[in-house]
Amino acid sequence: MSDEKRRVAILDSERWLGPLLIGPAVLYIFLLVGVPFFMALYYSVSNTTTGGGTMGFVGLRNFTAVVGTPKFQTALKNTVIFGLISQVLVLVLSNALALALQGDFPGKRLIRFLILLPWVAPISIGTIAWLWIFDSTYSVLNWLLRMAGLIHGQGYMWLGLPHLAMGSVIAVHVWRQLPLATVILLAGYGSIPQDIHDAAAVDGAGFWRHFFQVTLPLILPISLVALLFGLIFTFTDMVIIYNLTRGGPFDTTQVLASLAFYTGIAGGDLAEGAAIALFLFPLLLAVALGFLIIAHRAEVT
Amino acid sequence: MATVETRGIKKFFGDVAAVNGVSLLTKDGEFLVLLGPSGCGKSTLLRMIAGFETPTEGELLIGGKVMNDLPPRARKIAMVFQSYALYPHMTVFKNIAFPLKAQGVAKTLIPQKVDWAASLFGIGHLLQRKPRELSGGERQRVALARALVREPSVFLLDEPLSNLDAQLRASARDELQQFQRRIGTTTIYVTHDQVEAMGLGDRIVVMKAGAVRQIGTPEEIYDEPADTFVAGFVGSPPMNLVRHRDYILGFRPENFHPKILNGNTKIVAFRFNVTRVEYLGADRLIYGTLIGDFSDQKVIARLPATVTVKIEPANSYDFTVPESELKFFDAATELRIAPRPV
Repeated sequence: MSDEKRRVAILDSERWLGPLLIGPAVLYIFLLVGVPFFMALYYSVSNTTTGGGTMGFVGLRNFTAVVGTPKFQTALKNTVIFGLISQVLVLVLSNALALALQGDFPGKRLIRFLILLPWVAPISIGTIAWLWIFDSTYSVLNWLLRMAGLIHGQGYMWLGLPHLAMGSVIAVHVWRQLPLATVILLAGYGSIPQDIHDAAAVDGAGFWRHFFQVTLPLILPISLVALLFGLIFTFTDMVIIYNLTRGGPFDTTQVLASLAFYTGIAGGDLAEGAAIALFLFPLLLAVALGFLIIAHRAEVT
Repeated sequence: MATVETRGIKKFFGDVAAVNGVSLLTKDGEFLVLLGPSGCGKSTLLRMIAGFETPTEGELLIGGKVMNDLPPRARKIAMVFQSYALYPHMTVFKNIAFPLKAQGVAKTLIPQKVDWAASLFGIGHLLQRKPRELSGGERQRVALARALVREPSVFLLDEPLSNLDAQLRASARDELQQFQRRIGTTTIYVTHDQVEAMGLGDRIVVMKAGAVRQIGTPEEIYDEPADTFVAGFVGSPPMNLVRHRDYILGFRPENFHPKILNGNTKIVAFRFNVTRVEYLGADRLIYGTLIGDFSDQKVIARLPATVTVKIEPANSYDFTVPESELKFFDAATELRIAPRPV
């Protein structure tokens, strides 16, 4: 009798129930995100290697050493270029897709489901599929182009030439980010009352005026959120590079995240790898803050 | 200035007929009210006139030209929505200027037109505010100004007063009618509120279940209803309808008075058993049943406060209706028929 009373007391107790339920999640975040993060912070100002042993404090030497190298500068440039170009493409394409999904047509539900697949599929599996599509000998793209009579002979080395490789990486980034952006935008479009569209129709607005002066300003806050997510995912992604190009050819598709991996883990210089990885952190923090402030200002209701 | 005409217009959503054959013709410059309960098709009819829905059958003409396939912006109409549908991200000035810009009006002319429309509704001082900074009444006026500024041939209003509180509604009704008389544009107004309809309309179109039951002036609708639906829908409290022999007898509560009040006019007498009396200030509503020939059917009487005859519940009185105020309806079709002996 008193056992049950005690059990009930805990479940009803406001002081304990909340912390008890959220405890596992907090523990998880602390152990798997918090601790590694602070460890990386310390590694970046130390001289650790994967061989273990040393862990002395060296100040900002890792950062200053790596910033001047051409590898790092290429990686930084690529990170920004891949991120910006892929997100611009995602913005335009997801808007077009969300607009197209506004109307009613047979198969709409199926299309909406299919659109989600690139995001839902594990990123490595999706990227490996693209590896086959971009393969220099067996590429289905080359096969299609040959069937269409547009090329003759061997076809393109999608992952073997620097600019083609960059384009391929950007294409896979766009393919992966499109579903999330589209779903977020669909929610945004749905939140505009139909009355506003009707009023614009009566007022005489044609398609472009309607889109740019009525619809777009109203979905701006939510578009910025989608853009923010996309930028952060793209800036910090290493899986697509690792699976598609390994950073090649000749480090031309290296980004900060993959460079950090190759330097720190594959190369053994954990401290320098940590320094490279952390380079993006303040930048992304500023970008996120900036976006959220702009989105807040753009709110209209 | 234009008239709106519908010829046998129908709208089906799947198998359901939202509008089932409506033919009407507005007069130039008139204030026409579409009145009916929820689901009667009045909003669907208005949306077809605006161009948001295409008629399944029938023709729609504005200014004598068939408009069935034209988009809203080609129809020279303006619409005020129940929610006002102001663009939330634009200032009042930009809201009103939007239709002018969409029409390609010269940039130099826009400010003076906006000022003209704003001054007509007394909102000139609000031009730099955003809609979320305005009260309900102010938003409604901005919506009207935005509709007016295009100088359309027809105004369409979809229950624009229903989001206002009761007191504001009465004054808004007054302003709306004066405004319409002043500019003289043909106006079609949708409402489910029969007080609004009676107060505003030059003519009223009473609708039910997608069909028109009666079109007429407020006097015609009230004094000469075409069927029991119109008789019961307009007027508060509604007309008393009692079954008698093979027809339905109708009389309004304000014509149902104690016998001692009716003088020499030809009257018909009823024995009235009172169950409840409501004192409303300006009127007294007396609820009860008719006994005798009329087998306990419920009726209501309305006595103005100026009549001080004592009426108590659980008593029976002799009440009368002047013979000229009795309406007769066919029991089966519910349509109005000629008077007959009671």
